[in-house]
Amino acid sequence: MNSLVKKATSQNQPSIGKLRVVHAEMDAENAPRSTSTSANGSAPRLQITAEPSMIVAKDVTKSYRRHKTSVAVLKGVDFSAEHGKITAIVGQSGSGKSTLLHLLGTLDRPDSGEIWFADERIDNLSSRKRDAFRNQQLGMIFQFYHLLPELTLLENIIAPAMIGQSVFSYLRNRSKIIERAKALSEMVGLSHRLNHKPNELSGGEMQRTAIARALITDPKLLLADEPTGNLDQESGQSILQLLKNLNQETGLTIVMVTHDENIAQQCDSLIRLKGGKVERLK
Amino acid sequence: MYKLLLCWRYLRTRWIALASIVSVTLGVATLIVVNSVMDGFTSQMQDRMHGILSDLVVETRASNGISEPNWYIDRINKRLGSDVEGVTTVVTLPAMMTFHHNGNAHTQQINLIGIDKKTYASVSDFSKYLLHPDNKQQLDFLLKQGGYAPERDALQPSGWEYRTRVEQLKKDRLSEMERWRELQAKIAIEQQNQVAKDAEALGQSTSKTSSEPDTSEPGTSETDSIARTPEVTSPLEAAPSPEATDLDEMLKGPSTPLVQSPNKGRLFDASKEQRTGIVLGIGIGSVRGRDAEGQVKDYFFIRPGDDVSVAFPNAGTPPRAIDEQFTVVDFYESKMSEYDATFAFVPIEMLQRSRGMIDPISQQGAVTSIQIKLAKGADLSKCRDILREEFPPSESYVQVNSWRDTQGPLLAAVQLETTILNILLFMIIAVAGFGILATFFMIVVEKTRDIGVLKSLGAPGTGIASIFLGYGVLLGTVGSGVGVICGLLFVWNINEIARVLEWITGREVFDPTVYYFDSIPTIVHPLMLVWVSIGSVIIAVLASVLPSIRAARMHPVEALRYE
Repeated sequence: MNSLVKKATSQNQPSIGKLRVVHAEMDAENAPRSTSTSANGSAPRLQITAEPSMIVAKDVTKSYRRHKTSVAVLKGVDFSAEHGKITAIVGQSGSGKSTLLHLLGTLDRPDSGEIWFADERIDNLSSRKRDAFRNQQLGMIFQFYHLLPELTLLENIIAPAMIGQSVFSYLRNRSKIIERAKALSEMVGLSHRLNHKPNELSGGEMQRTAIARALITDPKLLLADEPTGNLDQESGQSILQLLKNLNQETGLTIVMVTHDENIAQQCDSLIRLKGGKVERLK
Repeated sequence: MYKLLLCWRYLRTRWIALASIVSVTLGVATLIVVNSVMDGFTSQMQDRMHGILSDLVVETRASNGISEPNWYIDRINKRLGSDVEGVTTVVTLPAMMTFHHNGNAHTQQINLIGIDKKTYASVSDFSKYLLHPDNKQQLDFLLKQGGYAPERDALQPSGWEYRTRVEQLKKDRLSEMERWRELQAKIAIEQQNQVAKDAEALGQSTSKTSSEPDTSEPGTSETDSIARTPEVTSPLEAAPSPEATDLDEMLKGPSTPLVQSPNKGRLFDASKEQRTGIVLGIGIGSVRGRDAEGQVKDYFFIRPGDDVSVAFPNAGTPPRAIDEQFTVVDFYESKMSEYDATFAFVPIEMLQRSRGMIDPISQQGAVTSIQIKLAKGADLSKCRDILREEFPPSESYVQVNSWRDTQGPLLAAVQLETTILNILLFMIIAVAGFGILATFFMIVVEKTRDIGVLKSLGAPGTGIASIFLGYGVLLGTVGSGVGVICGLLFVWNINEIARVLEWITGREVFDPTVYYFDSIPTIVHPLMLVWVSIGSVIIAVLASVLPSIRAARMHPVEALRYE
C-alpha cells in the first residue's frame, strides 16, 4: 500500500487499473460471477449497449417564479448524452445550463417534458426513488466543490456510501468501502491527505475529492456543474484530464456544464443553450 | 450512519449550540436542587411530625376516657391482624405547669401525656428523641446522676449532680437566712428592750419635764436602760419566745412542717429523693437564641433535676384542678417546635390514680386514647378506614385518626408548594426550549448548502430531519447530563455553598434558630433525576422538530445555490 501511495504521489498518475480491480471485487461480492475477465484489467464494467443515449431530455420546459413574475428558463429543450462520451453544455450566464443539469440530476422537476435514464423515465419518480437514483446511478460535482466541512476527506468520499446503506450494512461493508475510497483517492492523487478537513486543501484538491466522492457508489453517469470554473488554468486542465481518463478507461458517461470554450472544445460533443433552446455544435 | 457521524461532528464543532443548551442545564440543575431540598425538608418535617405520634390513634374526648381499653385493643388486633406492630394506651390532658426561675414563678400551658413507659416506645420514635443515653434505651422516669446530652454545654450540670448542688445551695441559703433572721430578731429584741428602758426612763423624766421628749431620747437611752428592764420584759419577751423555739426547730429540720404530713411522718429530702418523673419538651424548658457574637446558644431555665408543679383537671364532673409536684427527669427534642413546646410526659398510672380513672372494682385504668403502630408496608389510610368502620361515630364515642390527618393541611401545603415549583421550573426549561429552537433554526440556515449537498448525494428528507433531531437529542442529553451533575454537586455541597453565600452577602441563608436543623436537609430521589432528565431531553427534541422539518423540506437546488 505504501509503495502504491508513493507511486501515486510521485507520478500523480491515476491508477485506474487498480480501481477497476476493486470494482470487480465488489461486484463479485454482490453478484458472484467470473472474475477472470477483470483480472486481466481489460473488461470495462460498462458495456456499450445498443442504446446509444445514456440520458435523454425530451421537450423539457422549466420556469422560475421570481417576484410574482414567471421567468421561463428552458423552453422545450431536447437533449441527449451518448453512452461513454463526454458532453459539454455551454451558454451564457442565466441561459439555463445549471437548470438543465439539475433536471437531469433529478434535483428538480421539469414543468413539462420527460427525462429518461437508460430506458426509465426519471422525472416523475417518487422522491424516495429519485433519492435512491441520485445515490446509486449518479455522481455529481460542482463549481464550489460542496464538500462537507465537518468531515475529513475520507469521510467526505464515503458519505454517499453511508447515505445509501443502513447502519448495519455499512458497518458490515465498512472495510471494503474504505478500501475503495482509498483506491479512488489514490486515483485522484489525494491518498496522502485523507485525514485532512476540506478547509485545509486547495481548490484543485477539493475538486479531486468531490470527484472521488461522486465515484464511490460506482455510478454510470457523472454530472459536472462547471467543475473547473473556480480553478486556475493549470488545475482546471488537470481536473479535465482526470475526467477524460475516467471516461476513457471506465467508459463513464460525463455531462459537463462549462464556461470555458477551450475545455468545451476538448469534449466529445458540445451543445449550446441559448434563449431557452438547444443548439448542437458538435 | 452519516446521520450519527454528522450529529456527532456538529456537536463537536458547534459550540454556540452548547451555549443554547446552558439554559437547559441550569433549569435541570435548579430542578434537582429545589426538589432535593424540598424533599429533604418535607421528609424531615414528616419524620418530626410523625416522630412522637403513632400511626393511628383511637381517641375519645370524654374526660373520663375509655374505661375498657382492652376491649378496644382486642377488636383492633382482630380487625387489623398482622398489620399491627404495637399498641399502647395513653392519657392526654390539657394542663398548666408552674416552675420557678430566678425566684419567680412562671406558668405555662402544656399538654400532659400519661404514657406506659414499657410500650410507648414501641409505637413511636419517642425514645430516640430523649436526651439521656440510658433513657434512649428504656425510659424509667428516674432522675439520672448526670450525663444528659454531654455535647450540650448549656445543659451541664443536670441530674442528681445538679439537684444535690441546688438543694445544698437552698439549704445553705435557708440556714443563712435563718441565721440572718435570728440575728434580726435578736437585734429587734435588743432594740425593744432598749425602747422599753427608754420609755421607762422617759416615764420617770416626763413626770419632771414633759416639754422635751424628742431631744432627750437619744441622749438618755443608755443611762435609763437598766432601770426599766423588769417592767417591760414580760410582754416583749413573751412574744419572741415561740418564734425562737420555732427557729431552733427549723434549723434542725428545715422543711418539717411542710412535707411531713403527706409522707406519713417521713422527711422528703430533695437532695436524695425525687418526685414523680416528668419528661418535658425541650421548648418548654429552654430558649434558643444568639449571643453577642452571633453563635447559636441554648439557654435552659429548667434542667433535669428541677421540680415543677403541674395542675390538671380530674376525671369528675365538673372537673376540679389537681396540683401535683414532678421532678424533671429528661427532655425530649423531636425538633418539631409545636410538639417540643407543649408536650410533657408522665407515667400513666400516676395520672390515672390522681385523676380517679381507676375502676375501684376491676382495678382497670381508663385511658383517653389508644395509639397503634402499623407494620411496615401497611396501608395507613386503609387501616384507618377499617377502624372507622369498626368504631362508627354513631355507635361509639371514639374517633380514629392517622397522624397524617392531624397534620394534613400542613403536609398538603408543602405538597402544593413542591408541585407549583416543579411546574414553574419546567416552564423555565420550556423557555430554554425556545432558545434551542432559535439556535437550531440558525444552524439549519447556516447548514443550508450542506443540506443541499446531502440531498444531491441522495440523502432523503427524513434522513436530513433525523440529523437535526438527533442533534437535538444529543444536545438535550449533554445539557441535562451536565445539569444533573451540576445539580448533584450543588446538593451534596449545599451547606458549604450556603456558608460561602453567607460570607459573601453577609446575610444568613439558613438560620438554625428558625428551622431546628443544623444543616440543610436534602434527599435525592433517583426517580426524580430520571424524570427531570427525560423531561428536558423531550423539550430539547420538541424544540428541534420544527427546524428539522424545515431542513427536510428544503429544496435541493435552492439549497445548493444558497450563498
